[in-house]
Amino acid sequence: MVEMLTPLLVLLCPLIAAPLIFLLGKWPNIREGVAIIASIATFSLVLSMIRPVLDGDVIRCTFSQTLLPGLGIGLKVDAFGMLFALTSSSLWILVTFYSIGYMRSLKEHAQTRFYFSFALAIFGALGIAMSSNLLTLFIFYEILTVSTYALVVHDQTAEALSAGHKYFAYLLTSGCFFLFGLVMVYYLTGTTDFTNGGIAALAALNPAHKWTLIILFVCFLFGFLKAAWMPFHSWLPAAMVAPTPVSALLHAVAVVKAGVFGIVRIVCFIYGVDLMTSLGLGLLLACIAGFTMIVSNLFAIGQDNLKRRLAYSTINQLSYILLGAALLTEPGIRGAMMHIPFHGYMKITLFMCAGAIMVATGKKNISEMGGIGKTMPITMLAFTIGALGMCGIPPVVGFISKWYLCMGTYVAYETISPVMIIFLFVLLIASLLDVVYFFPILHTAFFKEPEGAVAEPKVKESTSLVVIPLAITAIFSVIFFLAFILRPVEMLAPYVDMLSMYIYDLVDVAIGNVIPS
Amino acid sequence: MTWFLAEHYPVLVIVISMFAAFTILIAGWLNKKVAFPISLATIFIQLLMAFSMLKRVLAEGPIHYKLGGWAPPWGIEYVIDTFNAYVLIVILLLSFICAIYSKRSVEKELPLKIVPFYSVFQLLITGLCGIVVTGDIFNLYVFLEISALASYALIAVAGGRALKASYNYVIMGSMGACFYLLGAGFLYAVTGTLNMADLSALLPPLYGNRAVQAAFVFFAVGMGIKMALFPLHVWQPDAYTYAPSAVSAIIAATMSKVSVYALIRVIFSVFTIKFLQSYGGVEIALCWIAAIGIIAGSVLAIQQTKLKRMLAYSSIAQIGYIVLGIGLAPISAWGLVGAIAHILNHAIMKGCLFLAAGAFIYKLNLWDIKDFEGLGKKMPFASAAFTLAAIAMIGVPPCTGFATKLFLLFASLEATATMPISGYAFVVILMISTLLNLAYFWRIVDRIYFVNSGNGHHHDTKKADVPLSMVVPMLLLAVLCIVVGILWLTGVFAPMMDQMLCELGVGGMPQW
Repeated sequence: MVEMLTPLLVLLCPLIAAPLIFLLGKWPNIREGVAIIASIATFSLVLSMIRPVLDGDVIRCTFSQTLLPGLGIGLKVDAFGMLFALTSSSLWILVTFYSIGYMRSLKEHAQTRFYFSFALAIFGALGIAMSSNLLTLFIFYEILTVSTYALVVHDQTAEALSAGHKYFAYLLTSGCFFLFGLVMVYYLTGTTDFTNGGIAALAALNPAHKWTLIILFVCFLFGFLKAAWMPFHSWLPAAMVAPTPVSALLHAVAVVKAGVFGIVRIVCFIYGVDLMTSLGLGLLLACIAGFTMIVSNLFAIGQDNLKRRLAYSTINQLSYILLGAALLTEPGIRGAMMHIPFHGYMKITLFMCAGAIMVATGKKNISEMGGIGKTMPITMLAFTIGALGMCGIPPVVGFISKWYLCMGTYVAYETISPVMIIFLFVLLIASLLDVVYFFPILHTAFFKEPEGAVAEPKVKESTSLVVIPLAITAIFSVIFFLAFILRPVEMLAPYVDMLSMYIYDLVDVAIGNVIPS
Repeated sequence: MTWFLAEHYPVLVIVISMFAAFTILIAGWLNKKVAFPISLATIFIQLLMAFSMLKRVLAEGPIHYKLGGWAPPWGIEYVIDTFNAYVLIVILLLSFICAIYSKRSVEKELPLKIVPFYSVFQLLITGLCGIVVTGDIFNLYVFLEISALASYALIAVAGGRALKASYNYVIMGSMGACFYLLGAGFLYAVTGTLNMADLSALLPPLYGNRAVQAAFVFFAVGMGIKMALFPLHVWQPDAYTYAPSAVSAIIAATMSKVSVYALIRVIFSVFTIKFLQSYGGVEIALCWIAAIGIIAGSVLAIQQTKLKRMLAYSSIAQIGYIVLGIGLAPISAWGLVGAIAHILNHAIMKGCLFLAAGAFIYKLNLWDIKDFEGLGKKMPFASAAFTLAAIAMIGVPPCTGFATKLFLLFASLEATATMPISGYAFVVILMISTLLNLAYFWRIVDRIYFVNSGNGHHHDTKKADVPLSMVVPMLLLAVLCIVVGILWLTGVFAPMMDQMLCELGVGGMPQW
């Protein structure tokens, strides 16, 4: 346990940047300079906390006065929170550059509002990653919801507004459930802190108040609708009317991951694995996740709009994480935790590619993208890497988390209940369906002739500000995989660990917190 | 450090205010420009006194000030305890901020009536402060009438439809005051004293007395009318809508709060919590009236097309929150924490909203919500203030509205132990009310910033924000919406709240 102010400083970076961006709106270069500086500062501060966390310390930033013990605002960084904070802050830098290229190329309106809300949303996401109890998590969760609204309705068209209303209707209603859950946990146990292995006082209620605990868990599931589990997912595809950087960072990483992050927090740090197992709640969550994985993939196949197809793919991948947590076994939770950064990197690549195509050609629908692989080779190469990762094909990192998830189902089959083997097949079928809807895109892009074929296809990428970030995330998706392979080599280990931002070590530490050996 | 004349602050806080009212009238005859500075300076001094009294009360316990040296029960006693001092600060802080705002707004809306306006304004503040500091139920009635008469005048001063609104308010308000007086009379008839401390000592054996019980109902109904508790609210929407902007803000933010104060004072310091507990059912009835008010107020607010009117209905719902807290207090101290916290919270939020609404009217004469398109560009600061306050009203953490909601949720959950159905019903109602708040506030925020139907005059996006003296008060309140919310969550107020709850006889700060 270490007391440090760093978590607070991390939060202050975007929080201070937001009003600065608002006030400097008249000078776009300075405004975006502020955004870049803030993102880099945030990331470096997050990085500075890796060492103590890897040593098994938990960094705390508590404020002396609280309303009551167990009820107050507090920050802490443990290995699991670190994973989410690392993912969002590192991607924020890339997406900032990407949005500068994207917004300027498309000459979007209200850019100041865009950067302002974006900084606030990141503030919310980082706060979620670093909150030490449910109350703090809830505060940042709602900040994230409200600040993202302005980004969803950015276009100000009727479609954007109705998407925004849907967004609010789902997410703020879900906030009510969350609030109820949080108050209830406090009422029942007198604390809302995230505790390794779950809150003991909650587990003590088990045989006597079994149904209270089950209903409470369902409330929490409704509270984390940001995880977009089916059938309460429809806000996510609707939110795709937002500018692509928003879809990329918020609706593939920060917002939706906040949802699954919260559920994993509840499963592992509020209820605890043992209580979840004895209540049989793992099976409930696994069923929801399995249902979502299959059905969302079927939906995805039918979409022609690229961003919408990616949105359904996000819904599917989020449920991988939920399933991993629901398996309540060591490899399953490991896979779930790994999938948070890995899916972030892969999916953001895909979204940024979709945006790049839109910037360069103005095309949104897959059917119009014939031959685009020839005109935009770098973008489509990155897209291919992302798509392979989604399907779980090596050498992209998606394979590793899926591997652990499959292991998780098998361990669950052996230790929990034979029924769990069903989820192995669900996983495999879902992966197969991933292939079914991603490969046609690749086929269209590389092997189809463009409509009304022009004489000689010329290479026409979008601006380098757009292309370079997506290339970087694609490269990292491969690097993470290579790092996993090369870690056992003693000579290389320190370098690959550093390059992969110590994700594997962090997961090890986090697993140690969840399942004390 | 001892402050100048510190022992006389309880009476000075009223006396200087009343003298200022007359001074403004006389000095304004000579030069009408002095009206505003005199008023502002007076309120500022009163505010300092209030802070000094709060500090003293926190350190030394309640202050008992015998007016003219006459000992109670013959003389009138002014009592300052933590709760008084807190409410006094809320009132004076809001009055101060509204007074700054009122300068330009009154110059524009009532150019010929500046001097009488500030004179009556100061009388209103006198009345409000008087209600708060007095420890005598009849004296409270006197100040109630002073503030009420002043507010009738302040509403009517706008002319036109405000006259009818004010007339309705006169009728309803007088009835409320009459009920209160009847209650006070009944208690006097039974006990022979009007001093609150005396009454609370004499009443316990008389709880079974029908006159005492009737007095309680008279007090509750009388104050219910004054604070516009649903379904006794009918005078309020018109009054808030047609009053001058600064007056709407001050009345919405402080007048109803003072009535709430009076109700809490009468219930907890005169009848005491044991009275409520010995008549199981009274508090539940109060809770349910409040709960229905929360929903009804919100639903009515959704139907409104005029911003100020919508805010008025929203106030009805918010008063419901406070009364719900009061009703839950005998079961869970969290209820009273929520009610007391909401006195401050609602004053800040609603003050800010009414000031912003006034700004829209001041600059562009916009009353209807449908005309608000593009305001975000035209009046960025007023719109920002409005949006922040609206977010606070919805109860997005960490704003003020969230703190109240959290306290009331705790109270409702604790209530489930004795009355499971009602307890959970209140939880659900609080949640639904959040969503209703969202529905009626967000359509305005949407219009201000995002809706772009492409017709009308709003293409002219020239900035036209209100003068600085109106922007600063709004932004100050908007920032307070967040800062105070965080303070509630961090527990800076916990020692003060603890002392308040002890003085009101519900035990200290609730522990888990």
